[in-house]
Amino acid sequence: MKTNKTGSLPGSPSQVPDDWFDWKEKDKDAGETVSRPSLSYWQDAWRRLVKNKMAMLGLVFLILLIFMAIFGPVLSPYEVNKQELSNQYQPPSSEHWFGTDNLGRDVFTRTWYGARISLFVGFMAALIDVSIGIIYGGVAGYKGGRTDGIMMRIIEILYGLPYLLVVILLLVVLGPSLTTIIIALTVTGWVGMARIVRGQVMQIKNYEFVLASQSFGTKTPRIIRKNLLPNTMGPIIVQMTLTVPTAIFAEAFLSFIGLGIQAPHASWGVMANDSLGAILSGNWWTLFFPAFFISFTMFAFNVLGDGLQDALDPKLRK
Amino acid sequence: MLRYILKRMLIMIATLWIIVTLTFILMVSIPGSPFNSERASNETVQANLEAHYNLDEPYYVQYLLYIKSIVTFDFGPSIKKPDQSVNDLLGRGFPISAELGIVTILVAVLSGVTLGVFAALRHNGIIDYFAMGFAVLGISIPNFILATLLIQQLAVNLSIFPVATWSSPAHMVLPTLALATGPMAIIARLTRSTMLEVLTQDYIKMARAKGLSPWKIIIKHALRNALMPVVTIMGTLLASILTGTFVIEEIFAIPGMGKYFVESINQRDYPVIMGTTVFYSTFLIIMLFLVDVAYGILDPRIKAGRKGGK
Repeated sequence: MKTNKTGSLPGSPSQVPDDWFDWKEKDKDAGETVSRPSLSYWQDAWRRLVKNKMAMLGLVFLILLIFMAIFGPVLSPYEVNKQELSNQYQPPSSEHWFGTDNLGRDVFTRTWYGARISLFVGFMAALIDVSIGIIYGGVAGYKGGRTDGIMMRIIEILYGLPYLLVVILLLVVLGPSLTTIIIALTVTGWVGMARIVRGQVMQIKNYEFVLASQSFGTKTPRIIRKNLLPNTMGPIIVQMTLTVPTAIFAEAFLSFIGLGIQAPHASWGVMANDSLGAILSGNWWTLFFPAFFISFTMFAFNVLGDGLQDALDPKLRK
Repeated sequence: MLRYILKRMLIMIATLWIIVTLTFILMVSIPGSPFNSERASNETVQANLEAHYNLDEPYYVQYLLYIKSIVTFDFGPSIKKPDQSVNDLLGRGFPISAELGIVTILVAVLSGVTLGVFAALRHNGIIDYFAMGFAVLGISIPNFILATLLIQQLAVNLSIFPVATWSSPAHMVLPTLALATGPMAIIARLTRSTMLEVLTQDYIKMARAKGLSPWKIIIKHALRNALMPVVTIMGTLLASILTGTFVIEEIFAIPGMGKYFVESINQRDYPVIMGTTVFYSTFLIIMLFLVDVAYGILDPRIKAGRKGGK
């Protein structure tokens, strides 16, 4: 059996000298102090997003892309539609960083103009989808009952419409232009967002804080605005980051089949379409740059959306 | 179950009605008569033509006639190729497009599921990273870009595969690859994430404890459940493959429906555009309905939930 220093058995108090112990005041607040700094929902989400390397790569790329879309054309000495037929198919050089295309236009300048159009279409479509989706989904989810039933039937019917086919049909009639493309993309595009908002609102409206707000006599629009929407922002933002690349893809696709932005305007889809013949003769750069930027933009939005989904999910909060 | 199918069917019919009505409204609202072409035709000829196609009737009569013609599967003539009807184009183009579509779906599902299963089994291993990196790339690169890159690298530079057209199995490789990569990537990601979830379930542990061979567990127990979400997105994937055929057929000069469709858009051949859109939409909406019904039959929880909920 083990013995302690004084040679007696442990547990016999009289044998233990007092100087073995320090007297301490009881700290009443010790259990109450928070060891980690308190973070709001958004700070916490941001902290987790920053840890996700792929999502940050996407975010940095998108910020650079937006910067170049705004300032890129200004930085270049060439005009976007200026043709120099003597300068056809120049490979990338110090003069033309991305080379020139079949009409001697500077690919560098056109790429950033294309970025403007793609990003504008993407963000506008997402913004309109979100606005309609929030109102529609918010009302359906909050009202519930018959109203919700009817509104959901409408959504189910619209949801079955093939997205790109309806867009093509509308553009055939409206005629292709930047405005009509955005209209066509949003006519059925908002349905997905409305479904998500409705699902979220249905869930949250049964929480106690909403009941409390209702018992104070708060009016419905204010409850939707102040109580419900802030708590559905996570899924809405995630859905938005996934809407933008869909719209960008749709714009490029439409330009490619001749229903998008009309030549000579530069959009990535138009540039890719123009360079189809060129790659067979080895002038790879006319295709490479628009192709690279479409793909990388889609990639950036996708990884950012995935990262946001993980970061904004309250279940994953540590 | 029957109630569920009936409900889905009613929704499908409403969706079909919307797309048909939408095409009709658009057709009527296109400025000018389809016979206002550059070709000089005198007024009597024009009036006769319009009477022949019922364009002189009031709109509601035209609308009813239009619905009747669609129900009887008659999409009218082409105005740019007067000797051909939309039905002729569909009859010639559809088998080829269907071939491309079916091969694409087979390739996408088989390789996507395989990739997803292996990624899940080697979670956070090299295969997983490789498969998921590949999947993100596949989702990010639009099919028309991939198609041109494939032509440039494999057909022009290396001359492994023919550049275009649709005549032998070798011709089918590049178009299928370009069209299948996107859906394959989506299926692979979905299979991987549900597979990871399923593999932690108790009944898998049970099967392992029982001493079943790993492959039997994966194929008989895990995969069956992991594939359910893949079934749910089949409708969306079908839509994206179908619209994908427009550009792929155009790029590879495959004489399918998609190529005629893009041609008709570029020539503003309205009857062909409208007819093909209605045909495509009907096809997709019916497919979506079948996928829904299949899902209802496959997933015992839906059946049980419906019985319990009534």
